Amino acid sequence: MKNSPAFVIGAGAILFAALAFVPFYVDGYGLALAIGIASYTILATAWALFSGPTRYISLATVAFFGVGAYTVAVLGEVLPWPLVMLVAAINGMLLALVVGLSTLRLAGIYFVIFTFGLTELIKQLVTWYEVKITRTVGRYVFLDIDQQTIYWQLLALAAILFLVGYLIGRSRLGFALRIIGGDETVARHVGIDTTHAKVALFVLSALFMTLTGAIMAPRWTYIDPAIAFNPQVSFQAVIMALLGGVQRLWGPVLGVIPMTLLFEYLNANFPNYFILILGIVFMLIVYLLPQGVAGAVSSLRAWSRRDGKSVEEAR
Amino acid sequence: MLTNAILSGLTMGGMYALVAMGLTLQYGVSRIMNLAYGEFVIAASFVAFLLFTSGGLSPLVSLLIIVPAGFAVSYLVYGILLTPLVRRARSREALEADSILSTFGLLFIVQGLMLVFFGGNYTSYSYFNTPVQILGTTIAANRLVVLGFAVLFGAACYFFLMRTRTGVALRAVAVDPIAAGLVAVDVRWAAALAFALGGAIAVTGGVLVSMFLTFNANIGVVFTMKALIVVIMGGVGNVAGALAAGIILGLVESFVATFVDPGLTIAVTYAVFLAVLLVRPGGLFGTAK
Repeated sequence: MKNSPAFVIGAGAILFAALAFVPFYVDGYGLALAIGIASYTILATAWALFSGPTRYISLATVAFFGVGAYTVAVLGEVLPWPLVMLVAAINGMLLALVVGLSTLRLAGIYFVIFTFGLTELIKQLVTWYEVKITRTVGRYVFLDIDQQTIYWQLLALAAILFLVGYLIGRSRLGFALRIIGGDETVARHVGIDTTHAKVALFVLSALFMTLTGAIMAPRWTYIDPAIAFNPQVSFQAVIMALLGGVQRLWGPVLGVIPMTLLFEYLNANFPNYFILILGIVFMLIVYLLPQGVAGAVSSLRAWSRRDGKSVEEAR
Repeated sequence: MLTNAILSGLTMGGMYALVAMGLTLQYGVSRIMNLAYGEFVIAASFVAFLLFTSGGLSPLVSLLIIVPAGFAVSYLVYGILLTPLVRRARSREALEADSILSTFGLLFIVQGLMLVFFGGNYTSYSYFNTPVQILGTTIAANRLVVLGFAVLFGAACYFFLMRTRTGVALRAVAVDPIAAGLVAVDVRWAAALAFALGGAIAVTGGVLVSMFLTFNANIGVVFTMKALIVVIMGGVGNVAGALAAGIILGLVESFVATFVDPGLTIAVTYAVFLAVLLVRPGGLFGTAK
């Protein structure tokens, strides 16, 4: 009963409906925090959606986020909003398709390296294009979209992401991906088209990252390549996902909330030491909590039941 | 213009080859994919800058201090940060994934330290910046010095790896760690040594870079990226391949910067990388992986 799809989806729907009322109870600062948490929830969960089961570490979250934001900066005042989102989605998915098709058929290391430099590449290409062709670096985004609407859009996107993630986890694709994560050679031998499965999931995960960037773009009135393609965003999304735990769909959220609050505090009080502390926190997580909070909770529960088998399952 | 493009391509190519050689040692022998590699390069640039401006020390003299320091720091990084991961890893893939995450964190720590001490501005100093006439074109003397030193260090490392007993042991570990252990090579020791040597090469590259380029705390990523591309082009663990690939990359970049557009050099680097991945993922000179 507790794990039946209807129950899980229903409970999720009630939770998201309740969260939609947040803007009526908080002040401007609280709303800004809620927007931060919502956007990083999508980024970290979308990251874990792909990197969790496949164990392919993507370092390019902000490349897609920035593509979304830049699409809005360029087209925001030209096209109606739904159409802008559609173009952003297509751009992000095309980029993911190119990256995925060229690297995901090789060993994981090539994918990591490629995504590691992808942000820098896109940033420089956009800068080059703006300087040479349009002769401006930096654009103003004047869109009539207020903070509440941004929050609701993010919330809706997060709800879709969780629904999609939940359904994938129960589908043949999700099962195939868990086998790939376990052992790719085995996966190929039981007849899984590993490249297609990986590319499909990577494109899907990139779609959500791109849309987050597009929704967030109106928050800045001014965008230039350095703002849109800030590598710290990729880094933070990875930290949050790892802290929460990538093996469960709800894992990353557990990392997003404390980390967003911590980063907010650090940014306000120690702006000069921000990157340094970020690095230290990251190292602590990698060394002390390799399975994340969700993984630690699962192993703890299994341990208290003295049941060796579920420890293995939790991994 | 053509000679100029070739000369500056050779200088940059020599730098890339040298820097990539350190990374190929770290990745090929120690199996550590060090994403913080470029930060070590740039950290050395800052130290050389500091010694030059406040101590009046020529960068070539400061190499005598910085290179042993780089070796020692890298040895400690391996011993303290990476050994636990090596112990914990159940397979080579697991170690790669763990080391990527760990050095990704290290990247931000080193970068954060540089930002705290030196700020985010572009930095450079003028050392031996006299114009020299060569082959009908003018080039700054420091670039020639850099090229000379890159060749010298590259040759020394090549000789060490190819002709000495220790070098052979390192290459044996790169080929097959288990078999190397069977013929009495201490694999742990070899991995630590290779990582430290790689770090020493990284800081050498950093000092040389500081002599002729402007740098800031954020460009380490670019060096890591280019070094990684060179390593893959040359074939992982293949020192001669890294040398050739580095020089090819430097020349291609320089030609694009001179004849097409300086803003597109990174795009070209990536195009080369993509082409290699699509056609010869084992490296230009590699056999099947």
